[in-house]
Amino acid sequence: MQASIHEGTAVPSAAKVGEVMQAIAEHKGCGTSGGSGKASCGSAAGQGDLPTEIWEKVKNHPCYSEEAHHHYARMHVAVAPACNIQCNYCNRKYDCANESRPGVVSEKLTPEQAAKKVLAVASTIPQMTVLGIAGPGDPLANPEKTFKTFELIAKTAPDIKLCLSTNGLALPDHVDTIAGFNVDHVTITINMVDPEIGAKIYPWVFWKHKRYTGVEAAKLLTDRQLQGLEMLTERGILCKVNSVMIPGVNDKHLVEVNKAVKSRGAFLHNIMPLISAPEHGTVFGLTGQRGPTAQELKALQDSCEGEMNMMRHCRQCRADAVGLLGEDRSAEFTTDKIMAMEVNYDLDTRKAYQAKVEEERVAKVAAKQEELSTLAGEMSDIKLLVAVATKGSGLINEHFGHAKEFQVYELSTAGAKFVGHRRVDLYCQGGFGDEESLETVIRAINDCHAVFVAKIGGCPKADLLTAGIEPVDQFAHEFIEKSAIAWFKSYLDKVNSGEIEHVERGDAEIRQGALISAA
Amino acid sequence: MALKIISSQCTSCSACEPECPNVAITEKNGTFVIDPKKCTECLGHFDSPQCAAVCPVDDTCVIDNSFPRYQVPA
Ligand code: SF4
Ligand code: SF4
Ligand code: SF4
Repeated sequence: MQASIHEGTAVPSAAKVGEVMQAIAEHKGCGTSGGSGKASCGSAAGQGDLPTEIWEKVKNHPCYSEEAHHHYARMHVAVAPACNIQCNYCNRKYDCANESRPGVVSEKLTPEQAAKKVLAVASTIPQMTVLGIAGPGDPLANPEKTFKTFELIAKTAPDIKLCLSTNGLALPDHVDTIAGFNVDHVTITINMVDPEIGAKIYPWVFWKHKRYTGVEAAKLLTDRQLQGLEMLTERGILCKVNSVMIPGVNDKHLVEVNKAVKSRGAFLHNIMPLISAPEHGTVFGLTGQRGPTAQELKALQDSCEGEMNMMRHCRQCRADAVGLLGEDRSAEFTTDKIMAMEVNYDLDTRKAYQAKVEEERVAKVAAKQEELSTLAGEMSDIKLLVAVATKGSGLINEHFGHAKEFQVYELSTAGAKFVGHRRVDLYCQGGFGDEESLETVIRAINDCHAVFVAKIGGCPKADLLTAGIEPVDQFAHEFIEKSAIAWFKSYLDKVNSGEIEHVERGDAEIRQGALISAA
Repeated sequence: MALKIISSQCTSCSACEPECPNVAITEKNGTFVIDPKKCTECLGHFDSPQCAAVCPVDDTCVIDNSFPRYQVPA
């Protein structure tokens, strides 16, 4: 097994690793050089001051680059159901809550079925560039199944990037195998670096044939996580760190976590809200532990941002989701359908498609730059949020009533910056115009001054205005950032001329349900 | 004696299967079962039954009293 794992996969040479490490080291200085430079860095729109080697690795990776999220898709396959730790926000009847929402069950696949599924999806959806193994369970608690899946895919679809999410306990034991597979992206969920805090999050870990509990368990976990992180970055493998923000437990502490992971070379930190409700049957759900509000989450993300790149577009997607942005096409790819499919993996068609996507992206960035220059002379301290209904490609191209989620941008004279997304899918199922669902949408984007849509009906328009959110449909099918900047400019003009008064908005709600397909 | 898995509580996560030193655990119709003839309660191998230690659902891998206690062969 071990021998076949390494077959045909290039182990990065020492020289190459050295280069990347140098680049990572330089990258750590990013953002300290001043001003709003951070907005253009890392997870934001363009390469910014990210070193070229890292940019090349992440630019088409929807989980790492917010901009790529609009153009490329990832998929997850659930081949690894076993786990070696217990988290208080997880109910293991369901998927691993570290990567997906609690309360969702993925279809378990064998490595062979998973490989076939990946090929089938990649042939149908040319934007599919990334395969992740995340859960349910921990991929490294199921190393044979995980690496067998990678092996099968690397053979038939060498252009697909492989990534992996882990709780980190078993990570140090598998770093060399991971490097051997050219897995260049690993996500580690790190919720604490202080075992006292860890004991409130993890009741136990299973390590070397023994169950450990309490502070001892958390100490073991944090040591292994940080060791694994160091080993990966030493080998030039990009590491993202996920943290679940649990108010009153680790919320303040996550600033420490941010420092600890940054100093060990993590290139992105993704702080996710705890999703907790009694019906999930998790310890936190049952004890009534609440999740953070949108404002609390943003405040924490902002306070860590000066330190390193924050990722704000994570949707905590379910482990077997397929598609772009909030879209989920997994119903088209059930095991039965896949096994019956004739798959013809055509590398050239995929390359041609991706070249076209690149052109679109260049056009989008150019449009934004041009619009940004019109803001150059403006002086204002006003910063506000707007919500956007989009299906991808960086365009305002979704109807208000069909939107399963809204992208949230922060507008200021520095431009438009993506700061997060709000999901509303659960509530839209009653159909458009349903009063209750509309209220829920309003609660979800209550901190926004405007919502950009391709189309919107008269009724919801009036209700939004009453709630103080301006529905904007004159930029239908145009680029998001360019349109948002143009709208912001006219907003500032109106404030300056005294036509309107700028008022701050309230807080918004983070939805506590699983991302499910509305179909 | 041996351990048994309360199948109504088993999530079929498969975590126990590779941990068993006696290969006593297998998947049957969607849940996992212990072969009482193979189970040694992990005596002589580990300090505690491995299946119970790794199982995410408390009190799912439990002592099956319908079997006499396992005796380590002299
Ligand atoms: S690591 Fe994932 S599967 Fe394991 S207990 Fe935690 S949330 Fe659940
Ligand atoms: S107690 Fe030990 S020997 Fe018996 S089934 Fe569990 S792991 Fe196997
Ligand atoms: S570890 Fe527990 S829940 Fe998982 S398969 Fe074994 S008995 Fe079932």
